[in-house]
Amino acid sequence: MQTKIYIVLCFCMFCMLSFAQNTVSGKITTQEGMPLSGSHIHIGTKTVSSDVSGNYSIKKLPAGNVKVFVSYVGYKSVDTLINISGNQELNFTLKVNTDQLQAVVVRQKANTLNKSILEQKIKTETIEKFSNQTLGDILKEIAGVSSLKTGSSVVKPVINGLFGSRVPVINNNVRLEDQEWGTEHAPNFDVNAAGKITVIKGASGLQYGGDAVGGLVVIEPVLVKKDTLFGKTILNLASNGRGGSVSTSLHKGNDKGWSWNALGTFKYSGDKEAPDYVLSNSGNREANFSGDVKFTGKKYDISGYYSFYNTTIGILSASHTGNVNDLYNSITNKIPSVVNNFTYTIKNPKQRVKHHLAKMNYNYYFDETASLAVQYSFQFNKRMEFDVRRGDFNDVAALDLELTTHAINVDYKKTLHDWTLKTGFNTSIQNNFANPATGIKPLIPNFDRIEFGTYGIASYDLSDSFSVDAGLRYDFSQVDATKFYLKSRWEERGYTTEFADFIVGEQGNQWLTKPSFTFHNISASAGFHKEFETGFNWYSNVSLATRNPNPSEFFSDGLHHSTGIIELGDLALDKEQAIKLSTTLQKKWTAFSVEVNPFINSIRNFMFLRPVGFETTIRGAFPVWEYQQTNARLAGVDVQTHWKINKQWQYDFALAYVNGKDLTNKESLIDIPPLNLNNKIQFSKSEWHDLKLELKSEVVLRQNQFPDNNFTTNIVVNNELAPVLVDISTPPPGYQLLHFYSEMKFKTFGKTNATVAFSVQNILNTTYRDYLNRQRFFADEMGRNFQIQLKFNY
Amino acid sequence: MKNSKILAIALISIFTFSSCNNDEDPIAVNEEEVITTVTTTLTAGSQTVILTSRDLDGDGPNAPVVTVSGNLLVNTTYTGAVRFLNESVTPVDDITLEIKEEGDEHQLFFQAPAAIGAFTYADADVNGKPIGLDFTLKTGTVAASGNIVVVLRHEPAKSAAGVATGDITNAGGATDAQITYPVQVK
Repeated sequence: MQTKIYIVLCFCMFCMLSFAQNTVSGKITTQEGMPLSGSHIHIGTKTVSSDVSGNYSIKKLPAGNVKVFVSYVGYKSVDTLINISGNQELNFTLKVNTDQLQAVVVRQKANTLNKSILEQKIKTETIEKFSNQTLGDILKEIAGVSSLKTGSSVVKPVINGLFGSRVPVINNNVRLEDQEWGTEHAPNFDVNAAGKITVIKGASGLQYGGDAVGGLVVIEPVLVKKDTLFGKTILNLASNGRGGSVSTSLHKGNDKGWSWNALGTFKYSGDKEAPDYVLSNSGNREANFSGDVKFTGKKYDISGYYSFYNTTIGILSASHTGNVNDLYNSITNKIPSVVNNFTYTIKNPKQRVKHHLAKMNYNYYFDETASLAVQYSFQFNKRMEFDVRRGDFNDVAALDLELTTHAINVDYKKTLHDWTLKTGFNTSIQNNFANPATGIKPLIPNFDRIEFGTYGIASYDLSDSFSVDAGLRYDFSQVDATKFYLKSRWEERGYTTEFADFIVGEQGNQWLTKPSFTFHNISASAGFHKEFETGFNWYSNVSLATRNPNPSEFFSDGLHHSTGIIELGDLALDKEQAIKLSTTLQKKWTAFSVEVNPFINSIRNFMFLRPVGFETTIRGAFPVWEYQQTNARLAGVDVQTHWKINKQWQYDFALAYVNGKDLTNKESLIDIPPLNLNNKIQFSKSEWHDLKLELKSEVVLRQNQFPDNNFTTNIVVNNELAPVLVDISTPPPGYQLLHFYSEMKFKTFGKTNATVAFSVQNILNTTYRDYLNRQRFFADEMGRNFQIQLKFNY
Repeated sequence: MKNSKILAIALISIFTFSSCNNDEDPIAVNEEEVITTVTTTLTAGSQTVILTSRDLDGDGPNAPVVTVSGNLLVNTTYTGAVRFLNESVTPVDDITLEIKEEGDEHQLFFQAPAAIGAFTYADADVNGKPIGLDFTLKTGTVAASGNIVVVLRHEPAKSAAGVATGDITNAGGATDAQITYPVQVK
C-alpha cells in the first residue's frame, strides 16, 4: 500500500515540467567602461555572477515583469523592474558609491535550502506573546505540532506525533545537546532569545543532522542590520502561579563594524492552580542571559556568542509514587494525593538545570554568490534532579549529569545561475559524567561520543515556477560507555553471551562494563516545488532519516517514580530508519488561503517502550517496560486556513491529525496526539491604537487509538489482598478551551512606544486532563489564568 | 588563510578542553538508601516468630525472598518490632534508626484479616503520633491463615482521619516498602 503511494508521488514529481524559455544576457561595466567581474546579478528568482569580462547570462526566465538587482562591492546597486519578452540583452553601468560604508550587502537568507518543503515559521511578534512561557508552548501555534508535558513547566515539542531525540532543536545554528532523550527534559532555551522559529516537519534539514525522524526546530536570534541602537523590555504578570517574568534586550545593529546584542530574562512563579485545587510544588524559576558581539568587515564577519540558561522547576508533589498501589490510588481517586496551600517554595521533587552555550563564528563572502561559514561551539549542560528521600539525602541530587559537547561546523554555500549548492561537515566530541555521589545508580552512565558528518544539498530551478532539490548526508558515530550492571540484571537482559566482551571488571554483585558502539549512517532528502499561476503551490518531499539509539534506549535500568514502572534499555538495539513522504498543497485567493499537508512516515526499527512483565522489589511489584523495536507507521494531515474577512476581521482555522501504528504487533502506538482543531477570530483596528482582540477555541478530541498496557496488581482491600486493574492506558476525555487576547499600542515619547496586552487562558476555567501530559494520572491541568503584558520598545 | 587559522584554533581548543576527560574506572555508586531486608519479630513469652523479606539486588530483577520462621499461637499477645536493613553495603546499614529519627515523616501500617489478629501501635514520634516500629499483635481466637501486609509510608498525612489508629486509607504519601508475609495462626 505504502509503496504504491510512493510510486504514484514519485511519478507525479517527474511528470511536472513547465517551459518558459527567455534568456537575458549582457555586460556589467564601470562608468569608465571597465568590465566588472564577479558582480552580482539577480533576475526573478535566479542569481548569477558576471565573468572576467563582465558578461552574464540568465536562461529560462518567464515572460512578463521581473525584478532585476545588480550589485558590486563599492558601487551603487541597480534595482529595477524589466519586462521580458523573448531573449534580451541588458547592459548595466555601475556608478562608484561615494558612501562606501553601505556597499557591503551581506544577505542572510533563511538558513535552510529546502524549497520542496513548506517551512512553518513563527515570527517575533508571536514569540513575544509567549515571553512568559516555554518553547513547547509557542510551537503549538503551528498545525501538526503538539506538546508532551510533565506538569505545566516541562514542555517538549511533538512534531507529527514524534518527540525527544527524534526532534532536534537547533539554536542559533548549534544543535542543543541538553539530554533531550528524557521525556521529562524540556529544551533548555529561553524563548525571549528567539527572533524567528522555523519548524521543518521532516528530516530534510540535512545540514543540521540526519536523525530528525520527527522534524526539526530551528531557532534564529534577533538580527539587526541597520546602524541603530534599540532596546525592548517585556514585563508579564500572571494570576495563575502568582508570578511573572521580565525580559530586557538591547541591540546595537550595524552593517559594518561592530554590532552587539544582549538579553536578560527572569521568571518567577509559585504553585499553579487547577480549577479545584492547588497543584502543589509546581512553581518554577528561570534566570537567563545571552549576548553576542559581531564585527562585520568588507568580505567577512566574525562573531562570538554566549548564553546561559538556569532553571529550577518543581515537579508536582503528588506525582511521586512509591509503588503501584500509590499509582492505583491516584488513578482511581482522581485527586492528587498531596494538596497543600499555595506557596512559592519549591520542594523535592524538582529539577535544576544549567545550560551554557558559547560559540565563535566566522563567515567569509567570496562574492555575492559564494560564502563559507566556520563555527566552533561549546555546550555544558548540568542537570540535577532531586527526589523525595530520607534525611540528608533530600539535599543530594538523585540524578546529577554533566554533558559537555564541543562541535565544529564548516559550511560552504554557492549560488550559480539556477543552482544553489550547500555542502559542509561537522564534527563533535561529547562527554557525559554521571556523578556517583548521588547514592543512586545513574539512569544514564558515563560515556564519550565522537561524531563526524558531511553533507551536500543542491537545489535547481528548472523554471521560474518549478524547482527541485536533493541532499545526501553521511554520519559516523562512536559511543564508549562505562556502566555498572547488577549481575542479576546482566543475566536477565540476556547479555551473558552476546556482550561478554564488554565486561572489564567485577565489584560485589555488579559487573563493570564498557559497552562500545559504532554507527555509519546515510540520510537523504529529495523533492520539488511547483508554483502554478493561479496562486497554487505544490510542495513534495521525501526524506530518509537514520537515528542511533540514545543513552536512555541503550542503558535505562531502573524505577521511574512518576510512572511507577521499571524501564529497561537494551544494548542490542539497532538504529532506526524513517522514510517520510510529505506533500503540501497551498492555495491563495485574495482574501482566503488554505494549506493542506498530508504525510506518511514509515519507520523501520522504531524504538519504543513496551510492557513485558513484572518485577517484585521490597516496595512491591512493578510493571517492567523495556525498549523494543518494531516497524511503525505514522500518517496524518495538517490543515491551516486563513481568511481575511474584511479590513478588521480575520479568521484562522487549523487542524492536525496523526495516526500511529505498530505494524509488527498490530496495535496503536502510545502517546500519539489526538485530533485537535483550533479556531481563532481576530478583530483589529489600527485607528484605535492598533487594537487587536482575539478569541481562540482549542478543541482536543479523545484519543481512541491507544495500546492496552493495563495490568492487574494486588492491593489490600478490607485488610485482605485483592486483585485490581490499574488503568494506565485509557486516555482522558476530550476537551475544549477558550482563550482571549487583546493588545493596544501607545506612543510614549520620541521614538519609543509601549504595547499593553491583556489575555485570559482557559476563560471558562475548564477542568481537563491531557493525554500527552505525564502527570495526567495525578492531577488536572491548570485552570484560568489572567495575564497582563507590558512591552516597551525604545 | 584566516579560515584555516580559526579552524586550527578551534581544533586546538577542542582537544585542550576535552583532554580533561578522566579515563580512570568509575566508582560504583554506593546505594545507601536501598532497603534490602525487612525483619518483623513477634515475641510472646519464650516464643519468637521471625518474618523476613530479603532482596539483595534491590531494584534488580530478583524477587525478595520471604521467610516465616513459624506459626503464631491463637489468642496470644505478641510484642512486635520491625527492622529495616541495607545489606547491599558493608558494613550493613541499619535504616531503622533513620526512620525512628524522622518518625514524624514515616509510618508503618499493618494489615491482616481480622481472623489473624489486631495490631496496636506501641511507639510515638515527636508529635505523639505513632510510627509503628514497635507494636503489639493480639492474634485471633480460632485457627486461621492469611497474609500480614506491612507497609512503610514516607511523608504520610499523619493527622488524617483514621491514620493514627492504623488505617492506611487516608494516609497518602509514598510507599518505601511493602511486604506480604503469609502466616498461620494455630
